[in-house]
Amino acid sequence: MKKRPTTNDSRLTTHDSGPGTQDSGPEPSAPALDRRGFIRLASAAAASLAIPALSACDERARAQFLRRHFHELSPEEVKGLVKRLEADAKERFGRDCTIETKPAVQDASFGYALDISRCIGCRRCVHACVKENNETRDPEIQWIKVLEFHKDHGIDFPEANPYYCGPNDEDQNAPKTEYKAPENPLSPLNKKQKAILENQDIQYPLYQKADGGGSNQCAVPRQGRFYVPISCQQCRNPPCVKVCPVKATWKEPDGIVVVDYDWCIGCRYCMAACPYGARHFNWGEPQVAPGDINPKMHYLGNRPRRKGVVEKCTFCIQRSRNGQYPVCVEVCPVGARKFGDLEDPESEIRYILEHKRVLILKNELNTRPRFFYFYSV
Amino acid sequence: MHFVEFVKASVRLWLSGGRYYWAWMAFLLVLIASGALAYAGQLSEGLVVTSMRDQISWGFYIGNFTFLVGVAAAAVMLVVPAYVYDWEPIKEVAILGELLAISAIVMCFLFVTVDIGRPDRVHHLFPVVGSLNLPSSLLGWDVVVLNLYFFLNLGIVTYMLYATFLTGHYNKSLVIPLVLLSIPAAVSIHTVTAFLYNGLAARPFWNASILAPRFLASAFCSGPAVLLILFQILRRTNGLKIRDEALSKIAELMAYAMFINLFLLGAEMFKEYYSNTEHIVFTKVLFSSFHGKTDVHYFMWPALVCSVGAFLLFLIPATRRNVYTMNAGCLMIYFGVYVEKGMGLLIPGQTPDTLGEIFRYAPSLAELRVSAGVFSVGFLLFTLMVKAAIPISLGTVRAAAAPPGH
Repeated sequence: MKKRPTTNDSRLTTHDSGPGTQDSGPEPSAPALDRRGFIRLASAAAASLAIPALSACDERARAQFLRRHFHELSPEEVKGLVKRLEADAKERFGRDCTIETKPAVQDASFGYALDISRCIGCRRCVHACVKENNETRDPEIQWIKVLEFHKDHGIDFPEANPYYCGPNDEDQNAPKTEYKAPENPLSPLNKKQKAILENQDIQYPLYQKADGGGSNQCAVPRQGRFYVPISCQQCRNPPCVKVCPVKATWKEPDGIVVVDYDWCIGCRYCMAACPYGARHFNWGEPQVAPGDINPKMHYLGNRPRRKGVVEKCTFCIQRSRNGQYPVCVEVCPVGARKFGDLEDPESEIRYILEHKRVLILKNELNTRPRFFYFYSV
Repeated sequence: MHFVEFVKASVRLWLSGGRYYWAWMAFLLVLIASGALAYAGQLSEGLVVTSMRDQISWGFYIGNFTFLVGVAAAAVMLVVPAYVYDWEPIKEVAILGELLAISAIVMCFLFVTVDIGRPDRVHHLFPVVGSLNLPSSLLGWDVVVLNLYFFLNLGIVTYMLYATFLTGHYNKSLVIPLVLLSIPAAVSIHTVTAFLYNGLAARPFWNASILAPRFLASAFCSGPAVLLILFQILRRTNGLKIRDEALSKIAELMAYAMFINLFLLGAEMFKEYYSNTEHIVFTKVLFSSFHGKTDVHYFMWPALVCSVGAFLLFLIPATRRNVYTMNAGCLMIYFGVYVEKGMGLLIPGQTPDTLGEIFRYAPSLAELRVSAGVFSVGFLLFTLMVKAAIPISLGTVRAAAAPPGH
């Protein structure tokens, strides 16, 4: 029923009197609300509704819920965010971790080259990467996947064997071959590398837990096979960044494609878009034992993740931005991995691009990787 | 307030029903409870309770989402002849098409929500508080067009019913432009959803320009197939007057849509098998047991047989007028398109994966339970909306103060 305004209330006769207006009229002393004031009031009202709803969670979860996109944060807000995350990590792993947010070095432009003639498929890079970057151990996420190909087929993905030497390897009895490392005039092998190679019979627990577990021993390289490790190709034209519905992944000025694990909604569209299988999803809660945590972390790199978000190789951003090689480069026993600044004409990576014939994977997709493969012999 | 009265009248209608009505509601509520429990498990454990893994990172949930976008888009199938050609027999049922569209979109939203790893961050998709990646992300566009389509249909239906409830009629000059707007909106939701797959150069099976036309053609079969069966149920239970003429007209339109769908499929098959490039592996996964490691062909062959069979049933006037063969045709189309737009799209699209690995995927029990729960929410919503909408639109339930008659 529509009530009529009472005649003794002069305020109400001056404007439209919809139903219920007389009950919600402003107090006589209240100043008229301008638009800005109204917005402030409305947002305060909305906040007062939202905050109690969130008060069940702790303060850090609330701050996480209310935060803005990383690119909209002020330096102070980034500091607060990092503090919160460090406290989280301390609580989770019982260790002091440092999470830096060091930006890209001015004019740096990273590039990577991998020598297919040298790689022996030992998967040391895979395991070093897991440790360095705090990838979950169970089920294990591995940012690097080493594919075994037949020499007479070339790089032919449907023929690839990613589980060579594992319990389900259909090629279990493939014979191993004599391996002689080609001489590399640029970076002669160090003592440790030579020792490994002289041992020839390279035994290593190769297998990934994700496919049934076990630590099968298997000698590599196998006869008639060659190995192509694949991780994020750090495309200049990354399809994953293009498709992300919330801008949770982007290309940094030095070329590294990064993910903000606290902004990702876990839709996995980037995984559908990536032609290199470089993106990995935390299907369950990530498991890393406190003793295995690498406490030197970068916000855009190896800091701890939670379930339901996507992660990927970042050229070890916590190392490369501090002038170190990515850990896969350091650990490679045959010196197959090369990394450097493409803008530096004296760098090894530039030497390779100028003197070797390089190939990139899936050239026809126009992703323009920063990751090159080459044959030194 | 009249609106309160409108809501009260709707609630009264929801609470009045026969034995079958309550049995149906109880059945749906049980499935919803089971789905909710399974989803609670998924929330605490993570998506590890599904069968999806990095190799096949979209599965049953997104397959159902894709199918239901088609069902939602098909409301236009009824709206076009009803309003554009002013064809009376379909007009009285077009409102049901819109209700189906609303329910289907709600199911779409729910399927996306259960699929994402961080539903607590869904506000990152919202304007102002989030960071919707427009114009570059097709998923971003899908959020926009699905919401637009949802609120458009919700607005039209609510206004029509509320106005009819109050005054016995609605303002056509307000409704018709909105209905006409919903036609391109319907086309846009399915086109954008097709583009979502189509734009991925990493997945050759999806990266075919024929995909969007095929999506539209199959949607124009599956949506009306659901409606044809619903109309017959409602004719019995709610006394809704739907003429046989309307039903067989819809069936005829479906036959044309199915012809286009099958023709486009054939065009794709020809290209794959004749050129016989390495991209044929995906089509082989669809139609055969690839290296003995895939299973989707067990569903795809029966689906294809059903689609062709339904096309023939709906093409021949005698069988599309016969109520038994028509219903058989509807079920066959429903099955055919459900497989084609669900697992028949998702599995070959991602098998082998981008690095050539063949991963065997079949939905887990948790995925099946959650999906059944989502479907039940949609059916429950549709049942409730129809329960209230039909008496109101027929004028049997009116506001107390409303003028009598038309």
